[in-house]
Amino acid sequence: MIAITSIGQVAEHYDIAVVGAGPAGLAAAARAAELGLSVLLADENPAPGGQIYRAITTTPVTKRAVLGEDYWKGGALVDRLRPTNAAYAPGCTIWSVAPDEAGGFELGLSLGGQARLIAAGQVILATGAQERPFPIPGWTLPGVMTAGAAQIALKASGLVPSGRTVIAGCGPLLYLLAGQLAAAGANIVAVLDTTPRRNWLAAIAAFPDFLRSPYLAKGLKLMAAARGKLPFKTGVTALAAEGSGKLTGVTVTRGGAAETIPCDALLLHQGVIPGINLANAAGCAQHFDAVQHCWTPTVDGWFASSIPGIAIAGDGAGIGGAESAALRGEVAALDAARRLGRLAEAERDAHAAPIRAELARSLRGRRFLDLLYRPAPQFLAPPADETIVCRCEEVTAGQIRDAASRLGVTGPNQMKAFLRCGMGPCQGRLCGPTVVELIAQERGVSAEETGYYRLRPPVKPVTLSELAALPPTDAAIKAVVR
Amino acid sequence: MHEVKPAEALGFTFDGRALTARAGDTVAAALLANGVQACRQTPVSGADRGPYCMMGVCFDCLVVIDGVGNRQGCLVPLREGMRIETQAGRRHPDGAQS
Ligand code: FES
Repeated sequence: MIAITSIGQVAEHYDIAVVGAGPAGLAAAARAAELGLSVLLADENPAPGGQIYRAITTTPVTKRAVLGEDYWKGGALVDRLRPTNAAYAPGCTIWSVAPDEAGGFELGLSLGGQARLIAAGQVILATGAQERPFPIPGWTLPGVMTAGAAQIALKASGLVPSGRTVIAGCGPLLYLLAGQLAAAGANIVAVLDTTPRRNWLAAIAAFPDFLRSPYLAKGLKLMAAARGKLPFKTGVTALAAEGSGKLTGVTVTRGGAAETIPCDALLLHQGVIPGINLANAAGCAQHFDAVQHCWTPTVDGWFASSIPGIAIAGDGAGIGGAESAALRGEVAALDAARRLGRLAEAERDAHAAPIRAELARSLRGRRFLDLLYRPAPQFLAPPADETIVCRCEEVTAGQIRDAASRLGVTGPNQMKAFLRCGMGPCQGRLCGPTVVELIAQERGVSAEETGYYRLRPPVKPVTLSELAALPPTDAAIKAVVR
Repeated sequence: MHEVKPAEALGFTFDGRALTARAGDTVAAALLANGVQACRQTPVSGADRGPYCMMGVCFDCLVVIDGVGNRQGCLVPLREGMRIETQAGRRHPDGAQS
């Protein structure tokens, strides 16, 4: 592994560029490098691991039990990459991916405040997941964070929330995090579970598969541990963060009655969804996955996107968890090598067969979890008009509903023009899914029909000075000179 | 937030206040470790905001670092002597923030 610390060390061309150093990206880069390909692994975080194995090489948390055995498995992925020749660039943002004239891709990257354009024959996007937006009144108050944020602060910096801490939402990560924080010494005063009771009806059909899945034992252990020790409240139907300027408590509604729990930290979680911004801006086709209830890039059995040469591995192309992400990264790397003519089809298939078998095993039981932890409608489309949906531009649910019903706005792109939602620096990452939900609900159409934001590069803000300092390409010079 | 286990410390300032945090922390984590929950004010209403996702998605951790504005605190590793400031509201073209 060649560590890249400044932009000048990045080569002009790589066989494969991998975006994201989580499980999928680490595995893809390692496999590609083992096959003798030149590889760039770019990641915007300071250290490898992605979010699930965040800070795996640097964490100050030394008590293994605090983060659980699964976390420490991430070390093997980094260890596998170390002896290879793959170039690993931490703190490096890829802000654009576009086809180039040579039949490969031009990538815009930014490292240490400097931008660069480089070329790659094949691209593997391993951009992972982000938490599903969970807009409730007051969710923008300082003191409110995502559950994942608290987990990152714990893994990367050994931080636990101070004071009375409430965790709210649904999904396996909620129980995992509650357990981890409690083990690290947090004062958890309530775990507010929003899992709709009727989800059990939908999920039960998928239960037999779950019984044979690797999730079962792990999941049951987590649940039992968390429930036994922590103050659980189930059947939560509404939440609101209270406070002016700063969080002071959370109002929770259960069985029609509301109570306010004073707290200093509120951690929200409503499952995770693919981080699709780069794939979307690169032009990869996407669809609405009705089971996981989220926009998902469309990929084939080799995780190739609709754009030949761009593959999407890991949770960025559908949530499957860390183990499956790493396996999907390997499969994508094998196919990228085949596309580059460095691996025969038969060889590719032979290498992939055992990985595919593992993959099938790791995904067994996923459907049950997806159905059981499907968010309740009121947490997907906030009923209270004053709830902020677009955190950047401070656009509320009421404004969006009004624009959809009274002004006849039919889709999220048009909504941008009317209300500026999705136009702030996060580029729709935190409002997109909610805006779609609200428009769909208001107009009585499906999310699929409503569509999603059409995103454009740069997918992360780049300063003008960085862009201005880019070395001009021949084509750009001709365009001006003519 | 408070730390489970203190380690080697780096010195930095936040709005002129001298603070320390663990080497290896990001700017956002360093602020949280010092009990700083709000680090920016929004351009629209001026409301206080603080780190929300810690993974580069929400942009609520934007701060001014050594005079350069709009930096995502959760992605920037803390360095000795960093001058970190609250990113206040709307940006003015000729103001201190660039
Ligand atoms: S805290 Fe969300 S981008 Fe930094």
